[in-house]
Amino acid sequence: MILNQEMKQHIIDSLKKGVRFDGRKNDDFREVNVEYDVAPSAEGSARVTIGDTIVLAGVKLGLEKPYPDTPDSGMLMVNAEFMPMASPEFESGPPSIASIELARVVDRGIRESGAIDVKKLCIEAGEKAWSVGIDVITINDGGNLMDAAALAALAALKATKFPKVKKDGSIDYKEKTKDSLPLVKEPISVTAHLIGDQILVDPSVEEEQSSDARITAAALDDKTICALQKGGERALSEEEIDQMLTLSLKKAAELRKRL
Amino acid sequence: MSFKKRPDGRDFDDLRPMEAKAGVIKSADGSAMFKIGKTVAFATVRGPRELFPRFLKNPKKGILRIYYQMMPFSGVGDRIRPGPNRRAKEISMVTEKSLSEVMLLEEFPNSVIDVFIDIPQADAGTRCAGISAAAIALADAGIPMKELVAAVAVGRVDDKLVVDLDYAEEAYEDGPVADVPIAVTSRSNKISLLQMDGEVDKDQMMELLKKAKIACAKINEVQKKALKDKYEVQK
Repeated sequence: MILNQEMKQHIIDSLKKGVRFDGRKNDDFREVNVEYDVAPSAEGSARVTIGDTIVLAGVKLGLEKPYPDTPDSGMLMVNAEFMPMASPEFESGPPSIASIELARVVDRGIRESGAIDVKKLCIEAGEKAWSVGIDVITINDGGNLMDAAALAALAALKATKFPKVKKDGSIDYKEKTKDSLPLVKEPISVTAHLIGDQILVDPSVEEEQSSDARITAAALDDKTICALQKGGERALSEEEIDQMLTLSLKKAAELRKRL
Repeated sequence: MSFKKRPDGRDFDDLRPMEAKAGVIKSADGSAMFKIGKTVAFATVRGPRELFPRFLKNPKKGILRIYYQMMPFSGVGDRIRPGPNRRAKEISMVTEKSLSEVMLLEEFPNSVIDVFIDIPQADAGTRCAGISAAAIALADAGIPMKELVAAVAVGRVDDKLVVDLDYAEEAYEDGPVADVPIAVTSRSNKISLLQMDGEVDKDQMMELLKKAKIACAKINEVQKKALKDKYEVQK
């Protein structure tokens, strides 16, 4: 569904009067739910719902040779699939730029915060280390996939248990140990949108399509920002960025309680 | 040990030496080279021209399409496999967003303006150098723009806020590092690209925005000079 100009104007006019179509305030999230271990064959998994938006994240672990430039570290990879089941806008085939951006923003939030102590994933320097593959799958796009995906990825990492390693060094995926990932920090992403002159969080699909600019900020519990991404075509003033970051940080602290 | 001195001896607010030239690729409608320290970016503009595939056409306005790519030998270490990877695609997209607002794309319905950003030599800050080069190239192509755009990576190395990080600083290991690519429009002074990875708090972030604006004003002078050098009538 592509919004026509009249609908977009209607959304902007309504927001100016303090009205969102679903009755929320600008800084309200829809109901957020996190369920763990929804895909038991994965090493870790989670389902996050934000209103109508549903996202699944699964973690698969493997043993691989470390990258030559980081021989003493494990590997981390985030991939996102925008499934045709989730939205009339999504098509099968090679990844769209939106899904690449989402995967990279989730990846940066986790990687750059040092959320996983990758050094502890190394078993033998230069030879063998755990690789952590996070796949984020959209089930339904009701708006705000970005924040839902980041939350699901973190929740799945929290739920992850290492599989048993056999004596010959191969992995017995059928048996899980009690060991969790070395997750030392927990980055939470919140995206603030600018629509007209209004700043809001957790947009619906219609609001997202009316958005002029957005900033996704990943924050730690001490309010350190560990990743930022601006999107949308409108250039922003310093004051707008200040307000958007303030709102994101505030909502990240609230979202953290849902984990 | 804390970070007291930059590896190349610059002050914390200093940019690396810059050089810019317009019209470096003769077969293009517009082109530019932008060099900052050891990082070099070429931008080549082709268009406005007819857009294919046709279903992408927008009858209301033209489309700006960026193709960012690092040359296979541009980095230290492994060869970079040519062709668009996820990083290149994302950089192309954020570059499009950072430039499209200043362009009067409504004047070119159904058309596309293609900009090819190629990096022959990289020492951090390639997406920013690419944006700075692309803005010169678009102006060189005579495409109507409201203003120019300049970009720089600012950031944090340990407890210091620094401007225009090079690779050695990005790779600093004895403390927290943040890399913050920012693009600033030349007249309205707004931020059209903002990304960050690393660790900063909000106050540091706002301070970095201010530093980026000052640095981008300096880059803007270099951009304008490149255009004047090509077009000003010699007396």
